[in-house]
Amino acid sequence: MPMKITNEVKDTTIIITLDGELDASSSVVLDEELANPEIMKYSKILVNCKNLHYISSAGLGVFISHLQRLEDAQIKLVFFNMQDKVRNVFEILGLDLLMTIVSNYEEAITVSNE
Amino acid sequence: MNNFIRVNCTKKNLKPIRDFVSGYLHNLSLSDILMNQIVLAVDEICANLIIHANHEDPSKFISLSIDLPKDMIRFEISDNGLAFKRSEYKEPNIGEHVKVGKKGGVGIALVNRIMDKVEFRSSDGKNTCLLYKKIN
Repeated sequence: MPMKITNEVKDTTIIITLDGELDASSSVVLDEELANPEIMKYSKILVNCKNLHYISSAGLGVFISHLQRLEDAQIKLVFFNMQDKVRNVFEILGLDLLMTIVSNYEEAITVSNE
Repeated sequence: MNNFIRVNCTKKNLKPIRDFVSGYLHNLSLSDILMNQIVLAVDEICANLIIHANHEDPSKFISLSIDLPKDMIRFEISDNGLAFKRSEYKEPNIGEHVKVGKKGGVGIALVNRIMDKVEFRSSDGKNTCLLYKKIN
């Protein structure tokens, strides 16, 4: 199953919904999405992980490689609705301490407003 | 059920490899998290072999077999590409990766943290990676 990415824009917030599996093959698409200069015009990037069924180091690498650039531009990156098994992969590397992962959309809005 | 799969070196084959591993281990009734970790560790090794050791050359192959010795899952993954040099491997500093925007280099760290034992062997142009995971 290829990775399906859908975007929804609300003012200065972009909600990126990931559907599928992020591995060494499919993560290229997400990388292109985050590398697009257009993304820098938003103040918040909320990533809906409800249907993200799998992530490998290649998928994590996409977020790792863009995190600092987004932080420098004061763009908030927040993950929500993440499945336990996917969150566990972030935790194995301690990425849950470097990235903002919350339970649901409402929390994502709250933390991104802080 | 067949415990062996052989695929050529394209990244598209990572998904069939993952499906093979989860299918073979299905009857062990592992938790979702543990199953995912094990599938991930095998995927990481296979991705490294396909991309780095064999440069995604579709004329080259990797093979994977799974055995279930007592209270253990054992994976044997082999190829004929460039051997992984463990002596040159350094555990990544993730904070540093974030700072410099580095994309790769965390896969083997995941494998080392997930598996109970990881071995790399090479002889006569054949490389074998052995992964062991205790269960129960």
